[in-house]
Amino acid sequence: MSEVKFSKEHEWISLEGDVATIGITKHATEMLGDIVFAELPEKGSNVEKDGTAGVVESTKAASDVYTPLSGEVMDTNQAIVDDPSKINEDPEGSAWFFKLKIKDNSELDSLMNREEYEKFSKENSS
Amino acid sequence: MRINMETKKTSLNNLHQRNQAKFVEFAGYEMPIQYSKGIIEEHKFTRKHSGIFDVSHMGQLFIYGGENLTIELEKIFPLDLKNLKQNSSKYSFLMNEEAGIYDDLIITKIEEGYLIILNAACKENDFQILSKLLGGNFKMILENERALVALQGPRSVEILNSVLSGVEKLNFMTGKWIDFKNQRLFVTRSGYTGEDGFEISILNNFAEEFTQKLIDKGAQLIGLGARDTLRLEAGLCLYGHELDINKTPIEANLKWAISKERLSNGGFVGSEKIMNQIQGGTSQIRVGIKPEGRLIAREKTKIFKETDKQIGEITSGTFGPSINGPIAMGYVDKEFSKIDTKILLEVRGKKYPANICELPFYKKNYVKGVN
Repeated sequence: MSEVKFSKEHEWISLEGDVATIGITKHATEMLGDIVFAELPEKGSNVEKDGTAGVVESTKAASDVYTPLSGEVMDTNQAIVDDPSKINEDPEGSAWFFKLKIKDNSELDSLMNREEYEKFSKENSS
Repeated sequence: MRINMETKKTSLNNLHQRNQAKFVEFAGYEMPIQYSKGIIEEHKFTRKHSGIFDVSHMGQLFIYGGENLTIELEKIFPLDLKNLKQNSSKYSFLMNEEAGIYDDLIITKIEEGYLIILNAACKENDFQILSKLLGGNFKMILENERALVALQGPRSVEILNSVLSGVEKLNFMTGKWIDFKNQRLFVTRSGYTGEDGFEISILNNFAEEFTQKLIDKGAQLIGLGARDTLRLEAGLCLYGHELDINKTPIEANLKWAISKERLSNGGFVGSEKIMNQIQGGTSQIRVGIKPEGRLIAREKTKIFKETDKQIGEITSGTFGPSINGPIAMGYVDKEFSKIDTKILLEVRGKKYPANICELPFYKKNYVKGVN
């Protein structure tokens, strides 16, 4: 298993070769509450770093999902669209959002490791 | 001068904290939006068991008086108060001359006069308006020494009855004073979730002990988040969303709440406008809306007909946990308000299909004819 990285918008990124699997963090789901709707980017589409690449809605509000990396969408997780509550159950595992064929490895440099992310989310969770 | 912008706390605030409440500010009060289990669990628990809601932020207005008061209040509210039995409650509204709604409320005839339950955000204004209309001739007290606790759901009757014996004999929309530890509680069988339940008015000093008793008997604390999904599934209006000063009860599809006796004779504030709208119709009306699929269309979502013609706007929209799907209410042009009319909802720049549907989304379980 490769190292997992994190973005300031509360996405996690797991890289294998040049394919990144991206989802939202457990911390994010705890802030959002019960998730009841998920929208994912289209397969085959190209997304740009920090652009919107989906939506999650909880019982409280709608939130955009951003992509922390640029690339082509290789695959999306239909299971979380069909049953969005899976995102609350296993956010950093089976409830991944989409897989990207990444374009620019240097974009990885701005991401945080787990320790840095935990510190970041603690400071920004009020 | 010193301006106090601090949020107010209800007498159950410590209890909320001990139960891991997440708080939000609501109408100037620090209120629990949810507890540790989350909105969906809390919602479902209320539907199958019994949920406790702190609604102490709502106004409890006591107006003292006899027959003269009834006569004066009939000039304000579209209700047949002369024939309302003591201890019976009615849903109604406080309106201006244009039948615009200042607030929606529950009014109960009590031995001493009337008790009116008002929305938190409106209660001070309501008090001013009513004082003016009643001309200072009646004693009015907007309580701040009493908490208001709602117990909602099918198990509520057995739970409350084990603490306050005799409440099982109350019919829905009736109430009475009940003695509890040398003080008086006013208990009504009512609520705003589409379930059987009660609202209990109790002195602040006793509220926590009383509520803890309900918890000990198996009821659970429920936040405002689930209160909103419950009332929306039940097709009930929320002030500031479905109702405001620019909407009338006829537009809000609440004609049922106006007493028939008053529709023929009028004589209440806003009655002319109401009569005109009943005869001539309104341009828009409140409807239920079900988006197809799982899409959630929230407040202010624009409603379209197939063409690019906007025909209305959503006033409340959420995910209905008991429906297991998205639900909404809104206003549409009357010609598009028929059940099963196909409409489009514009969400994040795209249009999605939805249908006008019957209200409520969730069938009510009110208790009638117990005695």
